[in-house]
Amino acid sequence: MNPIIQINNLNKSFGQVHALKSISLEVNESELFGIIGPDGAGKTTLFRTLATLYTPDSGNVSVLGYDVVRDYKKIRPLLGYMPGRFSLYQDLTVEENIRFFASVFGTTLEENYKLVEPVYRQIEPFKNRLAGDLSGGMKQKLALSCALIHKPRLLILDEPTTGVDAVSRVEFWDMLAILVKDVTIIVATPYMDEARRCNRVAFIQEGEILQVDTPEAIVKSFKKPLFGVSHKNRFKLIRALKNYPYSESVHTFGDSIHYTDQRDLPDLDGLKTYLHDMGLENVEIGTLIPGIEDSFMALVLKEANHA
Amino acid sequence: MNTFKGFVVKEFRQIYRDKRTLTVLFGMPVIMMILFGFAIRNEITNATIAVLDFSKDEITRAITHQLAMSNSFTLVASLENYHEVEQLFRAGKVREVVVFEHDFAGKIMRNGIADIQVITDATDPNLAGLMQHYTSRIIEDYIISVNKHQQIPVTGVIPEIRMMYNPELRSVNLFVPGLIAVILMLVSAMMTSISITREKELGNMEILLVSPLKPHHIIIGKVLPFLALSIVNVITILVLAKFVFNVPFKGSYLLFFAEASLFILTALALGVFISSAANNQQTAMMISLAGLLLPTVLLSGFIFPIASMPEILQWLSHIIPAKWFLIIVRSIMLKGGDVFMLWKETLILLAFTVGFIGLSMKKFNVRMG
Repeated sequence: MNPIIQINNLNKSFGQVHALKSISLEVNESELFGIIGPDGAGKTTLFRTLATLYTPDSGNVSVLGYDVVRDYKKIRPLLGYMPGRFSLYQDLTVEENIRFFASVFGTTLEENYKLVEPVYRQIEPFKNRLAGDLSGGMKQKLALSCALIHKPRLLILDEPTTGVDAVSRVEFWDMLAILVKDVTIIVATPYMDEARRCNRVAFIQEGEILQVDTPEAIVKSFKKPLFGVSHKNRFKLIRALKNYPYSESVHTFGDSIHYTDQRDLPDLDGLKTYLHDMGLENVEIGTLIPGIEDSFMALVLKEANHA
Repeated sequence: MNTFKGFVVKEFRQIYRDKRTLTVLFGMPVIMMILFGFAIRNEITNATIAVLDFSKDEITRAITHQLAMSNSFTLVASLENYHEVEQLFRAGKVREVVVFEHDFAGKIMRNGIADIQVITDATDPNLAGLMQHYTSRIIEDYIISVNKHQQIPVTGVIPEIRMMYNPELRSVNLFVPGLIAVILMLVSAMMTSISITREKELGNMEILLVSPLKPHHIIIGKVLPFLALSIVNVITILVLAKFVFNVPFKGSYLLFFAEASLFILTALALGVFISSAANNQQTAMMISLAGLLLPTVLLSGFIFPIASMPEILQWLSHIIPAKWFLIIVRSIMLKGGDVFMLWKETLILLAFTVGFIGLSMKKFNVRMG
């Protein structure tokens, strides 16, 4: 079966900025595919290219079997596109917005109600409220409903959870998990923890894709022992760990500091003594099972060392 | 079709919801009419004058009386010598002084000719010119009327002036057509360009592009509500002109509305064209104001007659659509002009419209950046 999205050697520059560097990627039917990367990594440029809004400088991009440059008119009606910025009409109500997008795509809310129901039901109680008066999470649900209303074959969601509270983020991903039964979804996010909710993820950094795999495989690719270090003076602890001669990576994750050592068999007692000498007493050190964030951090670090 | 209908409905809804802009759009014609109709006038009323009469005979007194009686002038002083003239002007007390020479009536009786000097404060040259014109009219009228009764042998040629089409020289008759042009330009072109660039600026265009909406759907959908709005504005101005300012309307209303619609389309097309060049509302507004409104006010013949402009500006005025519309409207309203008189100007407007629509269709960006 042909992939829904096929990207070969895609390059795109804006003046001096090389936004996308030789990107190749495939997304298959019924996948929930995540593009994870920090701000400015090139996610939006990639998504706009997929939505036929940017043309590639070089390379081939085909979406649903059509070329994004030549056949853009055929692709557009098949896409459900949700830009990174809230792009609905703030001076129209929730219901007016969704009915507008339904009519633009030659359908009605009633006709495709079943499809948008899992999302739209949650904002329907506020259907007479102006879109501009909605909270961040509800705005995104409305935008998703509008992108879905015409039964698209591919959903392109550019940072749908940015600026949304933690609870709404979880709800949003729950909805995507339901929707992916009917439609292929490609979604961009700067939140690494959301990678877990995808079937496959690509990690993008400075216009380059560093790794493409399932979340499980990405976690497994993290081979080094990982330690959680904690002390009440976190700032001092981080500085001390970073100055430790064998230190490889030091990252803050919630309450503890994730630490990896350059040596394959780290000397924990030596580390404790070092920290004690630095004036940090009663430091707790424990082994951790690496999460996907740790893998991404390691990837970034590896890339930085290469460069 | 459903696609397009949905878009037009949305456009009307958004405009209707924006009450503040709506008030401005409908209020503007009324406010502008009142401003131009009452405040900004070219005719003179109650200009202050003084008389320096060296003769003090019955004719000079009669002329002075005529001047003082007219609505145009108010006599504020009678002077005794030239020294006072300068003083009064410096103090800004009078705008004009009329001087009768010594033995005025005697000279008229003997030679049929005598001198009157009219001195005006030309710090406002337009006003000074008008005042001189008015003064000589009043004096001439008097001499003619006296002539009929008393057979004074007045020699020399006295020009008989007749103002065609606007015999009272009422400036409001001239302003109304110009105002229609300015308001239509403003509402149609500026509002359209702002409305389209707003979609770009707020990111709505990003979704609209990735939809089955075609460029001409978006453009026509944007233009339609403003076409309706502009026609309402034209009606407002006409009603005000007729019932408040008594401006005559000699031609056909049908032709007038046809031509007005054509001009609205020209302005709308211009607005669409501007929006294809501007990426945000502020730029669109600046271009509309500087690029459309100013030339429409200054170069169309609305306020300043084109014939008295330097040659280069006269050429420039040819590419101002409002100039042609102004010729059409003035002709229909004041002269009762018909299609046969106006086909050339109509064709020019049509060419502008088609040209701008073509250009903006071509320039419409189906992608971003």
